[in-house]
Amino acid sequence: MSAPSLSKACGAILRRDLTLAWRRRGDMAMPVLYALIVITLFPFALGPEDTLLQRIAGGVVLVTVLLAMLLALDAMFRSDIEDGSLEQLVVSPQPLAMLLAMKILAHWLTTALPLIIISPLLGGMLHLPASVIPVLVLALMLATPLLSLLGAVLVALTAGTRRSGMLLALMLLPLCVPVVIFAAGAVAAAQQGLPWFAPIAWLGAGLVLALVLAPLACAIALRIALDA
Amino acid sequence: MATWIPLWVHKLGSPPIFYRFAGLVRPWAFALALLLGTIALYGGLVSAPADYQQGDAFRIIYIHVPSAWMSLFIYFVMAAASFVALVWRVKLAEVIAMESAPVGAAFTAITLATGSLWGRPMWGTWWTWDARLTSELVLLFLYLGVIGLYHSFEDRRQGARAAAFLAIIGIINVPIVHFSVNWWNTLHQGSTIRILGPSKMAPSMVWPLLTMMLATKAYYVASLMGRARADLLAMESGKDWVRQIAQEGSSP
Repeated sequence: MSAPSLSKACGAILRRDLTLAWRRRGDMAMPVLYALIVITLFPFALGPEDTLLQRIAGGVVLVTVLLAMLLALDAMFRSDIEDGSLEQLVVSPQPLAMLLAMKILAHWLTTALPLIIISPLLGGMLHLPASVIPVLVLALMLATPLLSLLGAVLVALTAGTRRSGMLLALMLLPLCVPVVIFAAGAVAAAQQGLPWFAPIAWLGAGLVLALVLAPLACAIALRIALDA
Repeated sequence: MATWIPLWVHKLGSPPIFYRFAGLVRPWAFALALLLGTIALYGGLVSAPADYQQGDAFRIIYIHVPSAWMSLFIYFVMAAASFVALVWRVKLAEVIAMESAPVGAAFTAITLATGSLWGRPMWGTWWTWDARLTSELVLLFLYLGVIGLYHSFEDRRQGARAAAFLAIIGIINVPIVHFSVNWWNTLHQGSTIRILGPSKMAPSMVWPLLTMMLATKAYYVASLMGRARADLLAMESGKDWVRQIAQEGSSP
């Protein structure tokens, strides 16, 4: 039996993961709900002052999105490990890095994209000026795939362990510091009327680098974590 | 096998030989650390003159600065050993990398603690989000991540390999974090307070610092050897050489 072509295999994986996610639409809504709840709590904790909320809005939305993604990250490979389909990917003739890249893409589409879609609403709830919202969305468009890619490497590393939730947060923190700094820097600069393109460009550069390297690193990590 | 590497280097990679070697090195390194540490403490706390601006408070650098150097140095050692462990699958390199991590984390914690003790009278605050301080804190989290990942696997060697991979990711991350934190800080505030550069110091203040640096290095070696010995015994507990050592120990 000859192996199917790479593009066919990639398409099949993407379709499978998206179908699975669609069948569990409730899980898909969880990060969005979580982000909405966190954003709702901030005015209660800090007071409904417009100026204060406006000043922290960009950073709060970014951190909330990051935490919501962290919440969903743990589940990226879990069901595949439990039913053994991840091992099937590892032994399949296609390059593992490409197949994992498809899984990461599916994960990004199902968890990060809904968050990006509601991010104008999140920003609006904290009175983020309408002129800054496009910059926020752009920053999220670049920052969330970066987080998905970096997170996937770490999730793959913890694939062989049972408890990984807290550990994942601990491992992701040093990696996401630059991402948060640049994304929040762009939003803050736009809010102050300063040129905001430089941090966005850095994020873009980081994303390009991560797009190439992270799937490879993810494949290596997975092989390390699964070869018992 | 490369011929330019002398044979004894290859031999050291074998657990029983390294176990004996570490046992020989450890007391000497420990004695050296104690001796140099005492000299450096005397030099730093007694013989060095008080700083004309900071008074006696500056003396904490004799702990703070060598610890900060060690926190980075040990991370590099750990990452190098991790690389060796992943590429050539040397069991001993895994042990060195994983047993370096707690020592490095301890030095990082000492650096942060002494830094904030010094910062209270000098800067008027325990903590400030200065670029250097933040980088050091992130370094501590990197160490803790490596240690946590290592211990979350049931199989030691598998955990060591996964944590080694994380250490390598971390070393790529360190310059990125440092650079981005610098950028972030300069965006918000202009000049930051810098710790005195050693080159701007009087020789009477410098020599205890350098001696203390050697002492911390020696302590690291001693500590690493002890930890590696214990780890090797646990890892190789089913092997003959461990059984021999156990029998020697039990029959006086």
